[in-house]
Amino acid sequence: MTAYLLKRVAIAFATLVLASIVVFAVLEILPGDPARLMLGMNATAEQVEQVRTQMGLNDPLLLRYFHWVGNLVLLDFGRSYTYSVPVIDLVRERVAVSLPLALIALALSTLIAIPVGLHAASRQGRFGDTVSMGVSQIGVAIPNFWFALLLIYLFAVWLKWVPAGGFPGWSAGIWQALKALILPAVALALPQAAILARVTRQAMIEVLSEDYIRTARAKGMPYRAVLWRHALRNAMIPVLTILGLQFAFLLAGTIIIENVFYLPGLGRLIFQAITQRDLIVVESVVMLLVATVILVNLVVDFSYAMIDPRLRGRS
Amino acid sequence: MRLWKTVLAATAVALGCGTTALAARTDLVLGMVLEPPHLDPTAGAAAAIREVTYANIFEGLTRIGPNGEVLPDLAESWTISEDGKVYTFKLHTGVKFHDGTDFDASDVKFSLDRARAENSQNAQKQLFAAIDTVDVIDPATVKVTLKQPQGSFLYNMGWGDAVIVAPESAETNKEKPIGTGPFKFQNWAKGSSVTLVKSDNYWGAPVSLDKAEFRFIPDASAAVPAMLSGDVQAFPNMPTSDSLSQFQSDPRFKVVVGSTEGETILAMNNGKPPFDQIKVRQAISYALDRKAIIDGASEGLGQPIGSHMSPSSKDYVDLTGTYPHDAAKAKELLKEAGLEGGTKVTLKLPPPPYARLGGEIIASQLRDVGIEAEIIPVEWAQWLDQVFTKKDYDLTIVSHVEPNDIGIYARKDYYFNYQNPEFNKVIEELDLTADEGKRKELLGKAQKILADGAVVGFLFELPKVGVWDAKIEGLWQNQPVPANDLTRVKWND
Repeated sequence: MTAYLLKRVAIAFATLVLASIVVFAVLEILPGDPARLMLGMNATAEQVEQVRTQMGLNDPLLLRYFHWVGNLVLLDFGRSYTYSVPVIDLVRERVAVSLPLALIALALSTLIAIPVGLHAASRQGRFGDTVSMGVSQIGVAIPNFWFALLLIYLFAVWLKWVPAGGFPGWSAGIWQALKALILPAVALALPQAAILARVTRQAMIEVLSEDYIRTARAKGMPYRAVLWRHALRNAMIPVLTILGLQFAFLLAGTIIIENVFYLPGLGRLIFQAITQRDLIVVESVVMLLVATVILVNLVVDFSYAMIDPRLRGRS
Repeated sequence: MRLWKTVLAATAVALGCGTTALAARTDLVLGMVLEPPHLDPTAGAAAAIREVTYANIFEGLTRIGPNGEVLPDLAESWTISEDGKVYTFKLHTGVKFHDGTDFDASDVKFSLDRARAENSQNAQKQLFAAIDTVDVIDPATVKVTLKQPQGSFLYNMGWGDAVIVAPESAETNKEKPIGTGPFKFQNWAKGSSVTLVKSDNYWGAPVSLDKAEFRFIPDASAAVPAMLSGDVQAFPNMPTSDSLSQFQSDPRFKVVVGSTEGETILAMNNGKPPFDQIKVRQAISYALDRKAIIDGASEGLGQPIGSHMSPSSKDYVDLTGTYPHDAAKAKELLKEAGLEGGTKVTLKLPPPPYARLGGEIIASQLRDVGIEAEIIPVEWAQWLDQVFTKKDYDLTIVSHVEPNDIGIYARKDYYFNYQNPEFNKVIEELDLTADEGKRKELLGKAQKILADGAVVGFLFELPKVGVWDAKIEGLWQNQPVPANDLTRVKWND
């Protein structure tokens, strides 16, 4: 068990180092000069050069890389070129939107998907299965920004229950803030739920055809108990994998939904920073996300080990 | 029970009517596509900075009015010396910055000296280039001496880049702007909105709004429902023109089409073959069908231009007839230039719809005369780097939004790679001329030289399309400078 975990942690660390090199290199190659962007078309070349020096952009490449990584290790994420505030402050504001949104969406999608998947698997080929899988097929196929627009027109423009977008901030009160997150959470959750339901169903069907399920049934165990105690537990590995991936996606990959609802989330921060060539923000935030994804995957790996005793024994 | 409900409802309705009759709304949520990178107009070129701060938070010696006219602002009056070199400004007294500090002549000196200093981050440093010295005569009088007379000096002082800031707050204006304007900064929820509130100690005419929120909505498809739901009540630069009819047919909204100072051009690299030949540039100008481009790239709302001047300017000369659309003539000129077999060029397009949509149409018009233009979409950062700085391009489409900027064609090393001593001489003379009539004549000459030389393909003046609640009054129809001036905005219930 310990060896398994140690190996996982070592791999995670190596990934982190590799990612830092790739992120830094890619942004180096990307054409565009933050100083010129800031000063616009009327500034002279000398003026741009001066601002570049002030920003530290004229230092040698390796020096800048080690400076950046060195500061990251000390948890100093640098200062934004455009906003001229510490990157960590920007991230903190954005995480206050993205994290609750991701968690609500994940909870919603899990609460919908697992029961639907189980239901469909246990009625494989029958009416309930066909209907729920048909609906989930539509859910997978519909692009979430289009679905989001439908939700906006229905609930914000027509019924006027919730605002059409924007985020008032948690200081405006929990209810106001939650109201602004409901539609985006639903828009994010449903397509994810559709995928998760299909994975759950497939995993359950495979497990249900295993010998030990027949044995359990044969010894007289009630169907419901077999389903929950034996089958679900064994079907959890692929489901957890997808959940882990979905969480990472929900945290940062929601840029389209954030644009449609103009939410100040992490995805939009990165997008704005890329268009502004606010390199330090892009680099640091991407590294934070990489770290988060690696961490989530580690947790998923650990939970495999918890669910499946065989993985523990492998060491 | 039933009766109770009726009574309650009636009371509620009466109360509701009563309050609206007593006081008009005093808050406004205004939509913008781009979020400003920061809020200091003296340290960055982004138009979004001015769209929040201009005339609302910050004020200059002069200001630009809704139709591009120069108006007094912090300077209540001025005198100009005989030789046109000394401007003496009489300042308003009793003016305070939002942090309570007093405004006087020393703040003017500080701001102008800071903007033209060696290490200045001002994006329009050239506005201050003519200034020789700034002297404080007394707290309410400041004297600016120029190196040589400059006709556009008062106009220049009205730009967002020339606003007056205080030494106490200049370094922190990016995050917490402190000006002398009728609105003070309250809050910036990054990625979301900037909120301004009425300043209690404002020196000038009081404003009607108590609170204004600028909300940033990057996505065109999100801007429409935001307006329809009433969350946002005004979108002075509406990003979607294809949904305009929806608003035009809805009595709750006003759709106001105006003009900007954006000359939209097909820039050609004059330093690179074959565009170094005037015949090729003329051929391209003949190949362009402005009507089709305007219809496709600006919903038919842009005004055609024939040189680098806004049709709403008093100095405008109509030169749209210099190279009328004529494909046969274009082919003939190409043949004369030795390009009868056709040629291949690139067309780099930045993100705005006018460029991306216009580019498609122009590429097909060029194909009709035998020029194969390969379209290369680029982001702004790439455009600034490759096209603007490194001049690595053949053709590109861009809108030059700075007002009265015909002088860019005289700049050394500008991305057009255009060099014409005759044109430079006209601009030099213009810079030294203050007389209105003489300026008009010189500007006319300059426009004619550019048009005749087919320096770039002159396309159209970028329109400004605003949509707002029909009950709102006082927003600008045109955009002579980037601004959302809220000083005269009110609700008309």
